Amino acid sequence: MYIHDEFDRTLLQERASEFRDQVQRRLSGELTEDEFKSLRLMNGVYLQLHAYMLRIAIPYGTLSSTQLRMLAHVARTYDRGYGHFTTRQNIQFNWIKLSDLPNAMADLASVGVHGIQTSGNCIRNVTTDQWGGVAPGEIDDPRIWAEVMRQYSTLHPEFSFLPRKFKIGITASDHDRAAIKIHDIGLRLHRNGAGETGFEVLVGGGLGRTPFIAKTIKPFVTRRDILTYIEAILRVYNQYGRRDNIYKARIKILVHELGIERFAREVEDEWQQIKDGQLALDEAVIDEIRSRFRYPAYEKLTDNPAELKQGFEDPAFKAWYRNSVRAHRVPGYGIVTLSLKPIGGPPGDATAEQMDAIADLADRYAFGEIRVGHEQNLCFPSVAKRDLRRCGAPSMRSASQRRTSIS
Amino acid sequence: MTSPLQQKLKITGPSIVTANRTSDGVVIYRTPAKDWSTELSDAAIVRTADDAKALWAEAIADDLGAVGSYIAPVQIGSDGTIEPGNFRESIRLRGTTFALPASA
Repeated sequence: MYIHDEFDRTLLQERASEFRDQVQRRLSGELTEDEFKSLRLMNGVYLQLHAYMLRIAIPYGTLSSTQLRMLAHVARTYDRGYGHFTTRQNIQFNWIKLSDLPNAMADLASVGVHGIQTSGNCIRNVTTDQWGGVAPGEIDDPRIWAEVMRQYSTLHPEFSFLPRKFKIGITASDHDRAAIKIHDIGLRLHRNGAGETGFEVLVGGGLGRTPFIAKTIKPFVTRRDILTYIEAILRVYNQYGRRDNIYKARIKILVHELGIERFAREVEDEWQQIKDGQLALDEAVIDEIRSRFRYPAYEKLTDNPAELKQGFEDPAFKAWYRNSVRAHRVPGYGIVTLSLKPIGGPPGDATAEQMDAIADLADRYAFGEIRVGHEQNLCFPSVAKRDLRRCGAPSMRSASQRRTSIS
Repeated sequence: MTSPLQQKLKITGPSIVTANRTSDGVVIYRTPAKDWSTELSDAAIVRTADDAKALWAEAIADDLGAVGSYIAPVQIGSDGTIEPGNFRESIRLRGTTFALPASA
């Protein structure tokens, strides 16, 4: 888990209080919808077909059990008893009333959760591998770099009104679980020939009506230079990206129309002017952010405990293990995926009761930590293999109940 | 920017004005009594571009009550029943096309 500092806590409380005032002014008629729309969008509030929708960011997909219980509370108290986990490690509440939003926002802010930059033409929630920090073979914990980007991009005045929304994805593993090639900027942590850690930078990926796979713009950018290089990309996009046609406004269109070579030259020219500026990352800054991540106190365990061997005698457990448990960097532990994909139902939905049950299991077996992945599943990043049967049994039961309820 | 009301409007059949309620986002329909209703059966029906523009102008003026108003087509049954005139409006009227997750 990342431990937020006083600055973050104060920012969220002030933001919730400011939004309460804005909603009251809208409901009293002091603000028109035209005046209010940009304010609500800056807080993740959309108006959709049937109702308002609140989108909440889950930075790098990491949730504490306390935060998950608060999401359950919001679903139960202000919405229709469920939430929808999205492909960008967010959660959406699809039926929330405008008049209830200030209280919901304040409740969420009390546990460090918010809707800032989950909407609008800004840098959105930076996403990464939901197994960050626990998967074997990682170069580094990619969440540290997602947090660097979060701190850099939050309320960034120069990039709050880009031509269109802007999404950054980061992976630190050979196996890309963050889908970085469908992001506006994709970052792949790797080592160069000298053994130095840095980033392959990809640009111009995306889905939607004009899908593109991102292209490599620079094979290796050092850790020191990564923010200045990203800033150079954003500046070129901010200057040349189209604002006349919403369907042509994403960076993927600019990269496609200019060609990656010319786009790269423009970025290089801009970068040469800023690369030694204030955003050149000092190792001390990275270390400070790294130090705010807390890792579980893992025990020294056998990787093949008797409880696991016994569990394999049960075919249902064996099948669940094969589908849902993956290797962990620490012997004796596993990563457990909790499917939010009922047969015949929409992916990503979880009821308040399910969220509470998952939070309870996380407290009991997974160091109180839950992750959200871009495949719209949840996971426990660290479960002792000896506990898998106890932890997995409720998951198997709830999956079977969901299937029954659908059929 | 040209106001939507100043743009040319083409009405090909019976139409209504619909929006979302400001306080909670619920789908609402403009009524002949210059108010809003959640029932499509209460909606004011217009058949000409001028009447549609007038009804829409009223709706836009009620910025406090409704958000994002627009003109939508409807079909009138032989018994006078009002039905949505397109797929979008049918979904807005009847709700989601799948069952929402239910609490245990």
